[in-house]
Amino acid sequence: MKKIIILFLYIILSFSKAQALIKVDITRGNLDPLPVAISPLHVDGKSEKFSLFEVNKLGSEISKIIEQNIKSTGLFNPLNKDAFVQKPDIAHLKPRFEDWRLIKAQALVTGKLLIKDDKLKVEFRLWDLTAAKEMLALSFTTTPNNWRRVAHIISDKIYERLTGEGGYFDTRIIYVSETGPKDQRVKKLALMDQDGYNIKYLTLGNELVLTPRFNPTNQLVTYMSYFKNLPRVYLLDIETGIQEIVGNFPGMTFAPRFSPDGKKIIMSFAKDGNSDIYSMDIETRIVEQITKHPSIDTSPSYSPDGKYVAFNSDRSGLQQIYVMRSDGTGVKRITHGKGIYGTPVWSPRGDLIAFTKVRKGRFYIGVMRSDGSGERLLTENFYQEAPSWSPNGRVLIFYRETKSDKTGKGFSAKLWSIDITGYNERRVKTETDASDPSWSSLLSK
Amino acid sequence: MKFNLALRNLLIVLFGALVLSACSTTKKGDLSGDVYTGTETIEYLAKGVPDRVFFATNKSSLTTAARDTLRKQATWLRKNKDISVTVEGHADERGTREYNLALGERRANAAKDYLMTYGISGKRISVISYGKEKPVNPASNPLAWSQNRRSVSVKAN
Repeated sequence: MKKIIILFLYIILSFSKAQALIKVDITRGNLDPLPVAISPLHVDGKSEKFSLFEVNKLGSEISKIIEQNIKSTGLFNPLNKDAFVQKPDIAHLKPRFEDWRLIKAQALVTGKLLIKDDKLKVEFRLWDLTAAKEMLALSFTTTPNNWRRVAHIISDKIYERLTGEGGYFDTRIIYVSETGPKDQRVKKLALMDQDGYNIKYLTLGNELVLTPRFNPTNQLVTYMSYFKNLPRVYLLDIETGIQEIVGNFPGMTFAPRFSPDGKKIIMSFAKDGNSDIYSMDIETRIVEQITKHPSIDTSPSYSPDGKYVAFNSDRSGLQQIYVMRSDGTGVKRITHGKGIYGTPVWSPRGDLIAFTKVRKGRFYIGVMRSDGSGERLLTENFYQEAPSWSPNGRVLIFYRETKSDKTGKGFSAKLWSIDITGYNERRVKTETDASDPSWSSLLSK
Repeated sequence: MKFNLALRNLLIVLFGALVLSACSTTKKGDLSGDVYTGTETIEYLAKGVPDRVFFATNKSSLTTAARDTLRKQATWLRKNKDISVTVEGHADERGTREYNLALGERRANAAKDYLMTYGISGKRISVISYGKEKPVNPASNPLAWSQNRRSVSVKAN
């Protein structure tokens, strides 16, 4: 992160847009995932030593990451490598399509790599086995330490080519790491790759920290901290580690989020027991009060065009979701269903709002259109909340807490993800217990 | 024999009912509606001055018992003019985190406002909300939740 690692996408061997036969529809739950063969990348014999492990293993390690990534979508079925019919280097030159079809693969990924002059050069190709065509070929050069990112970028390219949607593998999750008993939790800000690797702890756990969120370029994080027992919204620069309080408010500020252009932070400020929504321009420090109502107004989230803000308020008596123009005018309640609604988060595509719903003591994560119509509940549990969108607007990550017994045992907090189709619910692995996840945008755009 | 068996069954039923009613009395004794009315978690600022008051789900209105407790705190604060307090507002674990932070703030301020109407200067009372972050009872059941929906006055000096 310190040095901005530039991935040179410098040779584009070919990019055939010619009509391919295979295309994966991701708008529905996929019960018949596409069989894909992901060949280990061939390691060039002239490669220099690799600092982390034997260089010969690098090709298969990269292919394993690609496999895990695309398998995690539920849309693809990576085939067992034991059945593979060609050596990686030969397949990469030109696969014998009919042989690969025999093992029922419909797409094939091949590649090769070389470490030379402390640079990692990776080349990969995606083949449409049914049409017997190359679909995509790309090559990158980067520092060898970046090898996991290379695998994520390749995964994104494959996903993009086969689904027609943006990928989400070359991304990070910022979250709150939790340890210790339920009534004495130690919470730290933590950052990891989307697949749970490269965990970094950004705070020491001396004070309570909550609700971190990335800015659009993923360099800044806004979050809430109880540093010196003053609960305030902070701004943290991940690269420099420098942090500061946002604004000069005489009381608690909380529930921060960036505007889509990254210039403002929107949050709640509690004054004399009443919470209203404010925004602050990061550069000019100009603070603007956006809601003024004797109810709790919180959890604000901008629409991707920055023109609207969704938030939750109990002005009707119980927590419901409202949408207003970003200057605070035109407030409109959008949820009318039974139960209470909170944590609205606008999809990066702009079409949907994700939310938490509580009804009859059960917690749901759902999505609805931004006018409140078309509500779909995706998952039900004892306790879960705080959805955050994948950058392509197809997957939600959230946290789930389990019930504890009389002594507090049995309690856990874990990250989960689910497709907005309602399929493919899965645990997102973390080293410790975890909550309040926030998904970054794509690191390399 | 038959009579004996019937009698024994009756006794079992009666005994069971007794146990059940004993259970339900303790529970009813600790909750009115869903507001905690027991004393299990309470600490004392001074003799006869409980440190905390309890709230109904999603509410910040003060019950009769809460007002009674706060009046005792006000009396004690009037007698001890050099003491200032922090009122900590809390919520149970059954709400979204951000809303709970706001709710805890509202509860702490409800207690603060009441102390002020009994003549305690606002300068002597600071508030802080912990939302659902600091449960006093870590269990996941209605009794624990009722004990966690609270505002607690803590000596600040």
